[in-house]
Amino acid sequence: MTYLITQTLNGLFSAALLFLIASGLTLAFGVMKIVNIAHGSFYMLGVYIAYTVILRTQSLLLGAAAAIVVVSALGFVMQRFFLRRFGNDPLAQMMMTMGFALLFRDATLMIWGGDPFTLQYPGWLRGSMEAGDVVFPYYRLFVIVVAALVGVALWAINEKTLLGARLRATVDDPEMASAMGINVTLLSGLVFAAGAGLAAFGGVMGGPILGGYAGLDFDLLPLAFVVVIVGGMGSLKGAFVGSLVVGMIDNYGKALVPELSYFTLFAPMILVLALKPTGLYGRA
Amino acid sequence: MLQITDLHTYYGESHVLQGVTLAAARGTVTAVLGRNGVGKTTLCRSIAGLTPARAGAVVFDGNDITRTPPYRIHDLGISLVPQGRRIFPSLTVQENMAIAVNTTRSQGWDLQKVFAVFPRLAERRQNRGNELSGGEQQMLAIARALVARPTFLILDEPTEGLSPMLVAEVAGVIRRLKDEGTSILLAEQNAAFAVKVADYVHVMSKGVVVHSTDPVALWQNEEVKTQLLGVPAAVSPPNTRPGT
Ligand SMILES: Nc1ncnc2c1ncn2[C@@H]1O[C@H](COP(=O)(O)OP(=O)(O)O)[C@@H](O)[C@H]1O
Ligand SMILES: [Mg+2]
Repeated sequence: MTYLITQTLNGLFSAALLFLIASGLTLAFGVMKIVNIAHGSFYMLGVYIAYTVILRTQSLLLGAAAAIVVVSALGFVMQRFFLRRFGNDPLAQMMMTMGFALLFRDATLMIWGGDPFTLQYPGWLRGSMEAGDVVFPYYRLFVIVVAALVGVALWAINEKTLLGARLRATVDDPEMASAMGINVTLLSGLVFAAGAGLAAFGGVMGGPILGGYAGLDFDLLPLAFVVVIVGGMGSLKGAFVGSLVVGMIDNYGKALVPELSYFTLFAPMILVLALKPTGLYGRA
Repeated sequence: MLQITDLHTYYGESHVLQGVTLAAARGTVTAVLGRNGVGKTTLCRSIAGLTPARAGAVVFDGNDITRTPPYRIHDLGISLVPQGRRIFPSLTVQENMAIAVNTTRSQGWDLQKVFAVFPRLAERRQNRGNELSGGEQQMLAIARALVARPTFLILDEPTEGLSPMLVAEVAGVIRRLKDEGTSILLAEQNAAFAVKVADYVHVMSKGVVVHSTDPVALWQNEEVKTQLLGVPAAVSPPNTRPGT
């Protein structure tokens, strides 16, 4: 029982990180139909930028803020000046994001070297919660709560605000959205930037546990894609449910049959695709 | 108000508008008629900026908008009611309009007025676009264009697929908007409907305007009617009330 609860909590922690990464990936896909291979790089850059700023300033908050701002800006520039040029050619866009991903990987190696590190825990989140036999670090609990709050905030923006309505209109029919006065290009850039910022924030949140190392970007990318594909490309709700499914399966899979960890991860994806090609909440 | 000069529009290599010239005067209803495929929708799309023309000019209130992006054309006061309605399926009735609202012009329609004029939309305001009937979608498409407070309204086949009762309602809305001072471009295959509401008509064929006249004269021209509009000669004239 203790084992079950602990593994479930660990699964929730993975799901929380995955959601922070995958929500931006799925939003960008919904609005622009961009399959962004560089999305894992945004997470990685978030960790590294936060690391540098925290080293200099000793402020976790400043580190997080810098990571989000810098990576969002990077995402905006990437969309505005590069991806947008291939607006109706998904393959060209994907190849371009692949190029960016490799560029970011090499730049990271050049600037920071390849040595692994972890971010500091915030002081007030050291230690573990103990309930009976279950021991669970406060920090992981904190990440779960934060991701849940981010999820609620994204849902509220998407469903309850005018900006959200504009976003959904653009996902429904970008051409009509522009005819109804929406600057689709600008909105797309902002969504892409917000997605990049979310991934960077995910990096900061995951930093004390997963840390930063060479190859982090491409370790996370397949997981994020499985989440988005299982949940349905473009669906926020899908990213939420997909994160839970993948987080749990990945955790239990690795705990129970570690030698099959890629099988346990991709099997559910193939199953979902076989039964519902658009993913759980995707649209045709 | 709107002056279109020698407009050439392509879809890829396909040359659809082959030099369209026409003007729409302020406060009038200008109809563009013609059979399926002559380029009426393409003309509407070129004005709205969705398929910008490669050559020629669209000048609106003195501004050359030939290559202006659609969202800016919308802000300048041109609203489009597209063929096929194109309602956003995942937005509620209210949201479908809210995203298009423009309050830079102090006078004009708002959601309250829409709900007063189209009570059916008020009842359905929380329903999603994909839950509406065809008639409701058409009213919403018109309402969505109106809340932007356009000075110029483009209606592309607004009567397509509607029951006679709803067609009459659309005619009523067009007359009302005209009385309010809105200028209208009406693209229609349904010539019998168009001549009832239009002040002036242009007939298109194969991407050019081939005949321009007033509605009464058009309806008396059997040759144009049968050859360019596909109206059987036997159809008797409707109660033509041009410009009312
Ligand atoms: N998106 C498109 N791509 C290529 N050709 C098109 C497209 N839309 C319309 N056409 C062609 O352009 C011509 C004019 O079409 P359209 O403007 O829709 O005519 P209308 O509205 O008068 O029926 C037709 O021959 C049609 O097949
Ligand atoms: Mg048409």
